[in-house]
Amino acid sequence: MTDSVIRIENLHKSFGSLEVLGGIDLDVRAGETVTVLGSSGSGKSTLLRCINFMEMPSEGRIYLHGDLIGTDEGGSVRYSESELCRIRTRIGMVFQHFNLFPHMTVLKNVMEGQVTVLGRRAGAAEAKAREQLERVGLSDKADEYPARLSGGQKQRVAIARALAMDPDVMLFDEVTSALDPELVGEVLRTIRQLADDGMTMLVVTHELGFAYHVANRVLFISDGRILEQGEPRQILREPATRRMQEFLDGHAQFRLPF
Amino acid sequence: MGHDWDFVTIAQNWGVLWVGLKGTLVIFSVTVVLGLGGGLIVGICRYIRHPVSRWPAMTFIEVFRNTPVLVQIIWFYYAFPILTGIEVDPFLAATLGISLNTMAFSAEIYRAGIQSIEPGQWEAGKAIGMTYSQALRRVILPVAIKRVLPALTNRGIEVFKMSTLASVVAYIETLNQAKLIADLNFNPIESYTVVALIFFVVLYPVVQATYALERTLAKGD
Ligand SMILES: Nc1ncnc2c1ncn2[C@@H]1O[C@H](COP(=O)(O)OP(=O)(O)OP(=O)(O)O)[C@@H](O)[C@H]1O
Ligand SMILES: [Mg+2]
Repeated sequence: MTDSVIRIENLHKSFGSLEVLGGIDLDVRAGETVTVLGSSGSGKSTLLRCINFMEMPSEGRIYLHGDLIGTDEGGSVRYSESELCRIRTRIGMVFQHFNLFPHMTVLKNVMEGQVTVLGRRAGAAEAKAREQLERVGLSDKADEYPARLSGGQKQRVAIARALAMDPDVMLFDEVTSALDPELVGEVLRTIRQLADDGMTMLVVTHELGFAYHVANRVLFISDGRILEQGEPRQILREPATRRMQEFLDGHAQFRLPF
Repeated sequence: MGHDWDFVTIAQNWGVLWVGLKGTLVIFSVTVVLGLGGGLIVGICRYIRHPVSRWPAMTFIEVFRNTPVLVQIIWFYYAFPILTGIEVDPFLAATLGISLNTMAFSAEIYRAGIQSIEPGQWEAGKAIGMTYSQALRRVILPVAIKRVLPALTNRGIEVFKMSTLASVVAYIETLNQAKLIADLNFNPIESYTVVALIFFVVLYPVVQATYALERTLAKGD
């Protein structure tokens, strides 16, 4: 367990009386790509959003590189806003709807967090930004505004923006769901490249092909709990539960965009 | 009801009007900066979900939006000194009335602008580790302000016209000086027509520019 990047213990999250996560335990090791599957409303987004504290967990503990996030106070955990900001710089997140900053060029988008949050100098931040844009194949778009990019390009910029913070782990929440089908491939290829580079990632997706070919592990979430998990080729071919079998039947097309 | 228009007298008194025009520009500059600048702060306070900032801001906005500027100016000039013992000159009374009123109105404009920003923008800022105030400053406000720029410009135009209200406490501005000319020369028709013309000549191009601005912004989105 020495190389655990994210460890989650007994994570619960409720919105009012609605329990969305009902006790999640999960350990993501360095370099691992974990794909999260589950039907709509099962709690996938909520799980990711609790990991970087966009939502506050109702109960449970999250460790980053073995260190508890927050302060233990007689069983319950207390969080300070400044600590959470620091933690979020180390946990990158990419959203379904990109959420690029529309008033900044692509380059400025990727520099912004580095300069404003990490306090990097403009020169260093720009070098880093260009490096990350190169990585996602968008060097030539550095001076464009987001409005002029395709969905796939926007999403790759969003990935570069998160990577520029040098995060320990990346969270992807259905990052191809808002894209035209022909643009899905370029984004998935980018994420696959990150996996090959050894980035630690949690990827919520409906792209079973991606889960099959890229993930080291697949989680299947149902009603806010991990119902099954395992090696992709095993679990996607022979799920143990009916729930997951039905879910897979609903996604009959194993899309292989690579 | 024929009237023999005589603008020669006005031209002869141009110096008097010019002094007024300068007074108008001075009070406009001060009130537009205080009003639109202060409005940003009040608008943010109103937006933030914190009772300590929200309630005072709301009270401020409601008080100054729902009372006439003219009454505010007169109140600051005649009532405020009696209540507090603090001397208030015409410039200060008019500046307070116009600025506070403009702050209240523009605060609501800024708030609407901030509220119009998609929640995803806040989340994107938060996700790269920004604090609330960093996200507000770097991500939300630049876009929000750009979006409400036409409304703010309209407010600015209102402020320019409101400056004439300062004449009620005898602050030396265009209308006040025109009245001086009218009273001395018995030519109210020409004097007040010229005041209207001056305002029209200044504002018409500005308003046209605003339309152009609105069109550009609409395209940019
Ligand atoms: N802020 C919130 N307030 C109240 N309920 C919420 C909130 N966020 C999520 N929920 C509820 O929690 C449940 C799980 O939502 P979540 O977004 O995590 O599902 P999901 O697995 O990501 O679904 P999808 O595949 O549709 O994205 C849903 O019933 C949703 O309505
Ligand atoms: Mg979701």
